[in-house]
Amino acid sequence: MSAEFLIKTLLALFFLGGVLNLAGLLTWVERKQSAVMQDRIGANRAWIEFKSPWLRPVNWLLRPLNVLGIFHSLADAVKMFVKEDFMPRGADKFLYNLAPVISVVFALLSFAAIPFGNVLQVGARSINLQIADVNAGVLFVFAMMSLGVYGVILAGFSSNNNYAYLGGMRAASQMLSYEITMGISLMGIVLAYGTLGLQDIVRSQGGYFFDGWLPAWGFTVQPLAFILFMTAALAETKRVPFDLPEGESEIIGYFVEYSGMKFGMFFLTDLVETVLVACLMTTFFLGGWQVPYLSADGFHFPWGAVWLLPHLAVAVLGMVSFILKVVFFNWFFMAIRWTLPRFRYDQLMHLGWKILFPASLLNVIVTSVVVVMRS
Amino acid sequence: MATKVMERQELNFWDRTYLPTVVIGLWVTSGHFFKNLILHALHSLGLFKGIRAAVTFEYPEEARPLSRRARTRHRLTQRKDGTPRCVACMMCETVCPARCINIVAGEHPDPNIEKYPVSFDLDLGKCVYCGFCVEVCPEDAIRMDTRILDIAAYSRDQMKLDIKELLNPRSTLLYKK
Ligand code: SF4
Ligand code: SF4
Repeated sequence: MSAEFLIKTLLALFFLGGVLNLAGLLTWVERKQSAVMQDRIGANRAWIEFKSPWLRPVNWLLRPLNVLGIFHSLADAVKMFVKEDFMPRGADKFLYNLAPVISVVFALLSFAAIPFGNVLQVGARSINLQIADVNAGVLFVFAMMSLGVYGVILAGFSSNNNYAYLGGMRAASQMLSYEITMGISLMGIVLAYGTLGLQDIVRSQGGYFFDGWLPAWGFTVQPLAFILFMTAALAETKRVPFDLPEGESEIIGYFVEYSGMKFGMFFLTDLVETVLVACLMTTFFLGGWQVPYLSADGFHFPWGAVWLLPHLAVAVLGMVSFILKVVFFNWFFMAIRWTLPRFRYDQLMHLGWKILFPASLLNVIVTSVVVVMRS
Repeated sequence: MATKVMERQELNFWDRTYLPTVVIGLWVTSGHFFKNLILHALHSLGLFKGIRAAVTFEYPEEARPLSRRARTRHRLTQRKDGTPRCVACMMCETVCPARCINIVAGEHPDPNIEKYPVSFDLDLGKCVYCGFCVEVCPEDAIRMDTRILDIAAYSRDQMKLDIKELLNPRSTLLYKK
């Protein structure tokens, strides 16, 4: 029992540590990727260097990181921590302090259900590389994401600021509208694979089409749901094409009154949610930890070649493939964020209710008919 | 009626799904991204340094190339013996629209030259960089070709150039710490 507990703790530490680091690194990715996209160089002046001649080798190691500007994330964190923690007069003290915590905690909790690898055999013990194998994982993730909305609403509500209040309302209506599309578009996946458990969904994506050439990943089975879910999920993260709740530069969002690390937590929530959405996209539509042509004992290529691998290598390859897919989606979301302009509010609602919602319903109906006809 | 009626173009189905334009936009930005990324990678290996991967000039370390005719900070040209070519004719002081030149003339020992500037003050805080002073000078005594752009000071007084600084750019004033 205690061994079980220890293993789960280690898994949670490993996964959440990875997620938080990735989220922190995303601020750097955001700066640099936008810079490279726009023919700029990007932030590179946060520089760590030691004066002492004894530490010269350390300097030598730090230099590439300095040149790449990675320490800007660190500088950000320092800035957030040392800034004044301001609370407006008349704000509800308890709710005001609670709101950022709610946001970030529920965003992080969702990761518990995401499988980042297949079962790992260590001696006689088999470890499921997933923090909590909830058998209704899809529902769990959605529940957590919906609870995260409370953080946003409470932030707007408790700041004693009408602009923040309006921002909170905007955020709530946007997130609730898009959550519906998100849920319904995923029903297609649930119907197609017949399970609500995320690990089972990933396992079901191990098949192949066209004589074993094309892996039967989610996006080949449910291409429409892929696009719908991605759009809705991007809206959930409240980042640029859908950043009306925040409107960093002009329309004043729900966290106007927040400063210091409390603002930092909202900021972190956005990035954690970006990672979360990338993980969900990977799990549902890109085969999670599946590697093309890799089964439990090694590679079986469709042209007949076989390359047998030990169990550990297969497990590690699975995890690496999961991480690569997540990183790819993060890159892709950043690319979208720096390509598209913001929607107008009516366009946003129009897109959500009149395009995405009917399309996702249609997807569910078609999928149901196909599933019933095939069985 | 000469009124030309413009048909409002209705968005078709694909326009309204936003998808094609999103794909085109991503194509453009990703094109830039990968081109620049590959160039940055090659630069770090020391290859293809001639092709720039970014339009940024990292200013204090790297100056932006100036056009040959760019007007930059003034200087007074010198004769072979190091004295100013200026004959204190007051043309530049007269033409200057910002009235930022202030010359005190003195009698030159050489009767062919007649006059020389005892003091020549130019207030960069007022100068509008029009270049009239250069155009009007009969002796080619004042030029705006020092390529000095980083003119900054903590007070207005420090923006004033005297004849020493004008004859030998960056020799006095703020540049001496
Ligand atoms: S550049 Fe124009 S404003 Fe400046 S000193 Fe010469 S004439 Fe005067
Ligand atoms: S116009 Fe030329 S010669 Fe005349 S005062 Fe000015 S700098 Fe000297």
